[in-house]
Amino acid sequence: MVCHLSAHGLASDGAGPFTFSVQGGQCLAVVGASGAGKSLLLKMLADLIPHEGLCSLDGVSARDIPAPQWRMRIRYCAAEPGWWAPTIGAHFRDPAAIGQACAALGLDGALLDAAPERVSTGERQRFALLRGLEDRPAFLLLDEPSSALDETSTDLVEALLEDAMDKGMGLVLASHDKRQVARLADDILEISRS
Amino acid sequence: MIPGFTSLEMALAAGLVMLSAGLSLVLKLGIHLALSLAALRMVVQLLLVGLLLRAIFSSGSPWLTLGLLVIMIGAASYEVGARQRRRLRQGWTFLVSGAAVSSATLFVAAFALASLSGSQNWTAPAVVIPIAGIILGSAMNAASIGIGSLLDTISAEKAGIEARLALGHSMRQATEPLLRRAIHAGTIPLVNQMAGAGLITLPGIMSGQVLAGFDPLAAAQSQIFLMFLLSAASVGCVVIAVFLTLRRLSDERQRLRLDRLEPARL
Repeated sequence: MVCHLSAHGLASDGAGPFTFSVQGGQCLAVVGASGAGKSLLLKMLADLIPHEGLCSLDGVSARDIPAPQWRMRIRYCAAEPGWWAPTIGAHFRDPAAIGQACAALGLDGALLDAAPERVSTGERQRFALLRGLEDRPAFLLLDEPSSALDETSTDLVEALLEDAMDKGMGLVLASHDKRQVARLADDILEISRS
Repeated sequence: MIPGFTSLEMALAAGLVMLSAGLSLVLKLGIHLALSLAALRMVVQLLLVGLLLRAIFSSGSPWLTLGLLVIMIGAASYEVGARQRRRLRQGWTFLVSGAAVSSATLFVAAFALASLSGSQNWTAPAVVIPIAGIILGSAMNAASIGIGSLLDTISAEKAGIEARLALGHSMRQATEPLLRRAIHAGTIPLVNQMAGAGLITLPGIMSGQVLAGFDPLAAAQSQIFLMFLLSAASVGCVVIAVFLTLRRLSDERQRLRLDRLEPARL
């Protein structure tokens, strides 16, 4: 079944109101200048910040779903992901099961035993993406997913995202990279501060 | 002068403070003024409190006792809030510390006085006020350190907490390490005090009773009884303070609300 995420009148801290909808298996790119509110919009969708307006998944309002359950389905990945455990692997529900996904992103599986501060920014960004995809959210809200990546790693990330979308996951992508938007997006939402 | 000490003995002890201030002047440490003012303030405060307590003890009035307890708890709650480098907006740090300090102190003091009811006149101001005062001091320190630890670390760990929330963890799961650290920090002074009691230092009550001519074993018993009370007050107070602070930094949708935190003061 294809999921359907809709937002009506989302507004917070001077950003918005935003009204749009996106289907599972599709990518909506959110574009706009720095400070336009792209990250705020993604955080509103994930219900991580107080906001006006309503979000719903398949017609069920976010307010009617406990916040942790909503965020398991509508998953936000920050541009600068946070870490809390001593090793990268400890951030995954099942570290043993992600070896193949690591290889698909050009990551050395041995890094799962490393401390987050010991791996490069680009490696952390790719591990954070794998962490976000691990339990198959209905929608992934990606904030600048390749800001610290070279061209080869960016291609690998995009291939993984396309594969997940082929399996029905929806993607809301905030990006400054126009070429990446052109490659991935089915629809574009251009935003600016009024 | 004060029973037990002659004026000469008090003057000699005061001379040590002056000696320390002189050392600061010679070595240009810059602490002589603060040290002298703090010593002077302490003398005035304690003599005034001594006079006040003498008046309340001789009156035996429960209302005066209650009034003094309210003032003591209010002052302790204010101190907990005022000492913080970061505070919750709209005076919430003071409300949280007031709730934690008053509930822990009143509960433990009531328990202590009920325990003593068989052997002492437990409603006498001379029993109620010193016991509540000692418990209050311990509760205040625990709350102050616990809240300070939580407020100082929560901003630094914002990215990690938000990452966990975004993955579907509850606010409780996402902040558990911080909670544990804050509660642990708040109980360190008490644990140190208990670990060192008798071995490294003679605690205050025991020293006072020994100096006043009590049997050392009876003085040790008093100190042990008191330490048990202080443990309960410290742990209870820091747990309440840290949980209430964290509750204020979250909302009904389990979001991290650092917008409810004032900027750090230097």
